[in-house]
Amino acid sequence: MTGAMRIEIRRVLRDHARLPVDVDSLRDDADLFQLGMTSHASVNVMLALEDAFDIEFPDQMLKRSVFESVDGIARALDELESRAA
Amino acid sequence: MTLSIGLDLTSADAVEESLRIFGARYLERVYTERERRDCRSDTGRLAARFAAKEAAMKALRREDEPIPWTSIGVCADGAGRPSLELTGPAAALARRRGVSELSVSLTHEGPFAAAVVVASLRETT
Repeated sequence: MTGAMRIEIRRVLRDHARLPVDVDSLRDDADLFQLGMTSHASVNVMLALEDAFDIEFPDQMLKRSVFESVDGIARALDELESRAA
Repeated sequence: MTLSIGLDLTSADAVEESLRIFGARYLERVYTERERRDCRSDTGRLAARFAAKEAAMKALRREDEPIPWTSIGVCADGAGRPSLELTGPAAALARRRGVSELSVSLTHEGPFAAAVVVASLRETT
């Protein structure tokens, strides 16, 4: 996962996660749900990531650990990228 | 036998925002065909159904299993009494938990919608 992709993940979180904290100050492993992201906001995050990276999350990835942190999202995007290669 | 309760509160304004930004794609990824037909673009009713899905996942004691939102659907009988229909991964989780009964109650008023789900569990895994 490149630095540019992590910047894009943070942009999506800033626009859609409705977090009450500054996204730029978050650690990559910070738990977004514990910080206040609702399950409904995680839907918007998922759809916005699909738009940003031109991918579609398969049903097997629709679990908490994928969307709970920048690291979790980055791992999922890496996996989708390697599947597509 | 154990009773397990799940509760969730969802904002109708958040549903309205998702509809505005993502439109049909949001509806298709989250709601069953029946829910989309029953609710159309009524954000209060959609929010209540989203709350029911999340309440059901809590009552089923979901950990990190992948559960698509569309595998939990709200149906209503002729008298308007709601019930839950589980399919695919949600139905498999309910089987693993030994669910014998599942009840749901929904409400929405103004910007808020809520749901409570009660499950009778005979937890097996």
